[in-house]
Amino acid sequence: MSTLTIRDALNQALKEELARDESVFLMGEEVAEYDGAYKVTRGLLHEFGPKRVIDTPITELGFAGLGVGAAMAGLRPIVEFMTFNFSILATDQIINSAAKMLYMSGGQFKIPIVFRGPGGSAFQVSSQHSQALESWYAYFPGLKVVMPSTPADAKGLLKSAIRDDDPVVFIEQERMYGHKGEVPDDPDFTIPLGLADVKREGKDVTIVARSLMVPLALKAAEQLEEQGVSCEVIDPRTIRPLDIGTIVESVKKTNRVVIAEESHPICGVGAEISAEIMERAFDYLDAPVKRVSGADVPMPYAKNLENLAIPDVERIVAAVREVAYID
Amino acid sequence: MSKQTAAPPSAAKAEEQQSSTGVMDAPPDVDSKKLKQERDEAKERQKDRLSKLSREQAIELYRQMLLIRRFEEKSAEAYVAGKIGGFCHLYIGQEAVGVGSISAIRKDDYVLASYREHGLALAKGMTARSIMAELFGKATGCSKGKGGSMHMFDKELGFLGGHAIVGGQIALATGTAFATKYQGTDQVTLCYFGEAAVNQGAFHESLNMAQLWKLPCIYICENNQYGMGTSLARAMSLSDISKKACAYEMASEFVDGMDVLAVREATLRAVERARKDYLPTLLEIRTYRFMGHSMSDPGNYRTRAEIEKYQERDPIKLFSATLLEEKVADEKTLEEIDRKVRKEVEDSLRFAEESPLPDPEELYTDVYANPIEPGRK
Repeated sequence: MSTLTIRDALNQALKEELARDESVFLMGEEVAEYDGAYKVTRGLLHEFGPKRVIDTPITELGFAGLGVGAAMAGLRPIVEFMTFNFSILATDQIINSAAKMLYMSGGQFKIPIVFRGPGGSAFQVSSQHSQALESWYAYFPGLKVVMPSTPADAKGLLKSAIRDDDPVVFIEQERMYGHKGEVPDDPDFTIPLGLADVKREGKDVTIVARSLMVPLALKAAEQLEEQGVSCEVIDPRTIRPLDIGTIVESVKKTNRVVIAEESHPICGVGAEISAEIMERAFDYLDAPVKRVSGADVPMPYAKNLENLAIPDVERIVAAVREVAYID
Repeated sequence: MSKQTAAPPSAAKAEEQQSSTGVMDAPPDVDSKKLKQERDEAKERQKDRLSKLSREQAIELYRQMLLIRRFEEKSAEAYVAGKIGGFCHLYIGQEAVGVGSISAIRKDDYVLASYREHGLALAKGMTARSIMAELFGKATGCSKGKGGSMHMFDKELGFLGGHAIVGGQIALATGTAFATKYQGTDQVTLCYFGEAAVNQGAFHESLNMAQLWKLPCIYICENNQYGMGTSLARAMSLSDISKKACAYEMASEFVDGMDVLAVREATLRAVERARKDYLPTLLEIRTYRFMGHSMSDPGNYRTRAEIEKYQERDPIKLFSATLLEEKVADEKTLEEIDRKVRKEVEDSLRFAEESPLPDPEELYTDVYANPIEPGRK
């Protein structure tokens, strides 16, 4: 075990997979000579050279499509978006090409590609740079969507994503790159996609949290423990396919659930999880499912307004107390 | 760096003639004497080129063009009869582009196309049966009935699809060219798109990367002069498409798309550049579709006179005349080819009719190459 930041854990995963398989290459804006806008790709150009680690022009649609085409011809591209906000320009290739190629070719062309980069809110970067887009990508059959919340998950899941034969949208969290944690050293350490993780066991209320909301939910659970409420925190880790079974099992035990998410509430992943719980465990619920979501507004710049737009520990605590009928 | 050839007079004239609205009742503008002169000039150019081919090669090109023509005629019939669903974009009039260019590459080279790809699939060696069955939505189709008219694929033959978002395949083809260079092979990629796709960002983003990174991709703009119902003149500020390569310092050529041999020769030059030096090329191949944009297109944006003018330059008629005059083939030989081709198309129709529909279970297959059962460690 080593203590690593999420940034370095991702770097290690990239390094190990580039070394393991010659058909893996990495491309994106500033990934090579600049060492990565967020330093996730630091040192990779030096180690693997310009054939495998490629700086692209600012041309998201173009290089995303190039990646999908390269995957059709047998390579395993890792395409970095400097942030997922820029992936919006590339959605045609992610959705119309990558997600559908296997199906519309009658199973002939698999697309083993990873689209990765930071998503969600950062620090005062305003409306166009602070978007949580997981519900967009999770909507489409053919894509897999992954959102890690710890350094070990980041490494293990990224390695699985690179080895997977399907297109994987891998959304890191911009604010979390510096978060530290224990990471196994074994180069064959992977975490399977589609498997939720119980980050904290409890018996009174289930909190489903992903990405940035996981550490906040864990802090909320600590505070609530002192208030006499035992919380179970579940991180789905993979949004598609979603391990709803693990969530439902927890709900059957606690009978109460709060879903914490950074994204907007409308048509969000939280809404989907809530609907699934209603369909699968309605009779076990002792209170309506409660969502704590990002504000339904474009992200503001001003620090105080930004803080109001993103769920925090206090709001998660209040939601748990609400579903537990404490207040 | 950029190589330009002048547009043939017929093409230049065609552009002048495009009205801004393209209504059906525009006054006819057919100068039959001039048309004959143009046709004769085209034939002379074609005769020069014919000498570089063996008899077998020449006849094979003719056979392929005729196969596409007959196949598409049959597709239109089947569509009208309700046997083919969805959209159906025919290749009639453009046969020389696909046949001439694909005759310049190897079996292991890649082809990516737009949704007007039945003819290109045939030229790449896919069987009429597998394509017709796909049009019929049958399990025996080249994409198991899941793709339809716009999504024909054959991995074995290097036919990497039919893509139905205008310009999407241009970025994909840039990627296959990237991959073959990465893998150190000398394969090339041919990428087909209509002139309307040139206005998409994907075109410009792709050409920039292809020249910047020296990728062996040949971008073939099939300029049939209409993006659905919108004429080139109404959609593009600089309508001389081959010139756009200059913006990327890419080699380009303007090619007469009604002459199968002109297309073949231009593609051969581009293929050599791609194989030897990994250099991309933009070919603007001026052609014309004799049918509507799709089967549901009433075509009231262009005049009958304009269509007839181009039918005078029908690539199949032109080539058969050249073959006959140069005594490469006689009437009997050409008739025999037509008979065989019709039989092949009839057979494909029968095959498609008799083939089974996809099994209902196929609905959920091929969504993922590695399907994951969530929650499974």
